[in-house]
Amino acid sequence: MATAEHKATLAKSELGDVLREMLLIRRFEEKVEERFRAGELPGFLHVAIGQEASAVGVCRALEDGDVIASTHRAHGHTLAKGTHPNELMAELYGKQEGCSHGYGGSMHLYDVERGNMGANAVIGGGLPHVTGAALAFQMRGEPRVALAFFGDGATNIGTFHEALNLAQLWQVPAVFVLEDNKWAESTPESQHSPIRDLSDRAKAFGMKTLKADGQDVEAVYKTARQALDHARSGKGPVFVHLDCVRFHGHYIGDPQVYRDKDEARKLAETRDPIKLLREKLKLSISDEEFEELDTEVTEMVEASVEFAKSGTDPAPEDALKNVYA
Amino acid sequence: MPELTYREAVRDALSQAMRQDDGVFLMGEDIAEMGGSMGVTQGMLEEFGKERVRNTPISEMALAGAAIGASMQGMRPVAEIMYEDFLTLAAEQVVNQAAKIRYMSGGQLTVPVVFRTQGGAGWSPGAQHAQQLEAWFVHIPGLKVVFASTPEDVRGLLWSAIYDDNPVVFFEHRTLYPIKGNVPQEIEPIPIGRARVHREGEDVTVIATGRLVHESLKAAEEAERDGISVEVVDPRTLQPLDEESLVSSVKKTNRAVVAHEAVTRMGFGAEVAAVLQYQAFDWLDAPIERVGAKFSPLPFAPVMEAFVVPHAEDVLTAIKRTVGKA
Ligand SMILES: Cc1ncc(C[n+]2csc(CCOP(=O)(O)OP(=O)(O)O)c2C)c(N)n1
Ligand SMILES: [Mg+2]
Repeated sequence: MATAEHKATLAKSELGDVLREMLLIRRFEEKVEERFRAGELPGFLHVAIGQEASAVGVCRALEDGDVIASTHRAHGHTLAKGTHPNELMAELYGKQEGCSHGYGGSMHLYDVERGNMGANAVIGGGLPHVTGAALAFQMRGEPRVALAFFGDGATNIGTFHEALNLAQLWQVPAVFVLEDNKWAESTPESQHSPIRDLSDRAKAFGMKTLKADGQDVEAVYKTARQALDHARSGKGPVFVHLDCVRFHGHYIGDPQVYRDKDEARKLAETRDPIKLLREKLKLSISDEEFEELDTEVTEMVEASVEFAKSGTDPAPEDALKNVYA
Repeated sequence: MPELTYREAVRDALSQAMRQDDGVFLMGEDIAEMGGSMGVTQGMLEEFGKERVRNTPISEMALAGAAIGASMQGMRPVAEIMYEDFLTLAAEQVVNQAAKIRYMSGGQLTVPVVFRTQGGAGWSPGAQHAQQLEAWFVHIPGLKVVFASTPEDVRGLLWSAIYDDNPVVFFEHRTLYPIKGNVPQEIEPIPIGRARVHREGEDVTVIATGRLVHESLKAAEEAERDGISVEVVDPRTLQPLDEESLVSSVKKTNRAVVAHEAVTRMGFGAEVAAVLQYQAFDWLDAPIERVGAKFSPLPFAPVMEAFVVPHAEDVLTAIKRTVGKA
């Protein structure tokens, strides 16, 4: 969520909010998994459990008017960009009250008012849009930035290379955020990329690159701020490489036969962005306060399910609307 | 006769071809350890190793193109495109390259590659994961296009596709993977370009592909209760098209319905209707009916998705219209 006053780093006073936001996303996605398993949610869903710091840290650094393009793993980005949990949950239930009015679903979350140009079910699909949106801002002289989220797997698709090259060539105000969780579905990075540092791909275009621990929300925020300031000031696009961890399966229901279960468990223990922030805040946030926070966001999530379930199903014929403007 | 699922039948054709022929190999996203996103290649990594069951990066254009290149050098690659929606990313290589290389080289080169892919709605993934895009590819001279609807057909046709010296776009339907059916003990190659009559009838011919074959068989049973005798024919190969079988069936029944899950407008069915009206004009007693998806992208909400794609009831309604009982 964009905040009014922008500082290079998160103020101590903001950290409680940051924790709350990450926890909301975590509880929201846990609920989504549960409701999917209960057979209530249709479609194909991917959660970003473990990657909340990236969504929250980056989106917090955005200004009002900045826009994002997201991926198939979009719930966290969408909530962090300001969509209300009710509207997101309603979308997952296919209701008119949903952020895409029931037309999109989990992989096609849009919220134009909040600057969300869309999740994407095609890997790399949103990257050229970000170059183009940034071009529009540049042509109109607006101090806005367009920002793309994408995964390590996406750095292998043509649109990644073409969009970054064009952005750099035209020096548009774009930021490309790589959420590097080292997996593309079942394929580990060592099997999909011959180089170990994916930033080198951006460097090959001459693009400025920044790196941060994607599990450390403060570091993410600080790096995203730096990137956004650079892009906004007309110095050209920036590539932000976040080192992230995917705790759960690629999609909900993925048995992860390809992955060492211990590794995933260990990472969840040592690299949980919520735990990490909580530990940092130990002195300022007590266990009781944390429980309170948890209860509060859990209630919000429960309420979003109620909201969604009591939402309006589209009429079947509504399918024929919105095909053309 | 052994019974196999459609999924196992695909796997069996791939495995048997790979056992007999070192030139046959697979490439695609997540096909190795995970066994493909539809589980088709499960267990094949263990049998054939990672050289021949090759996981690729998310690079549809490169994987399709590399399969083409390997085929130009005497291999018989089978490239898996995880969802047929992503064939659009490989389309340059499939349409501009694979389809035309033999032609442009004046017959010097052949491109014996198979692009296996799957699609189909009914599970609400939204607009980019369930399209039926066969009409895009049947329009391209130089490509062969197969769309099998049963375990027996998918096995026999995939075998033929692998050993065909032309590029074949091979469509599978997601909802058919679990269906079971008897297959011959030994693989019997099914010639590309030969339709299959699934059910004989007298009053109307339904020409259907993919999932709609099964929907049409259901509709035919329903129609029979109303005293309408329906013949159901699956062309199985969309390009080349077994015009003779389709036309002769319609000459017998004098009525035709064409049914597919893809969008009706400009669809494969339009070509079939044109063939029938031209070659069986004097035999037709009713306008040819077309059944397919309505003209919209696939919506997410299940109620809207169900409205957009065709079902047995839609085929039945079309059948009844052709015999004047609607
Ligand atoms: C063009 C395209 N090819 C394949 C897929 C199937 N697919 C969906 S997610 C995914 C892996 C993506 O990996 P990455 O970019 O690292 O993102 P992550 O899932 O790790 O967040 C694949 C192969 C797709 N959606 N689009
Ligand atoms: Mg990844």
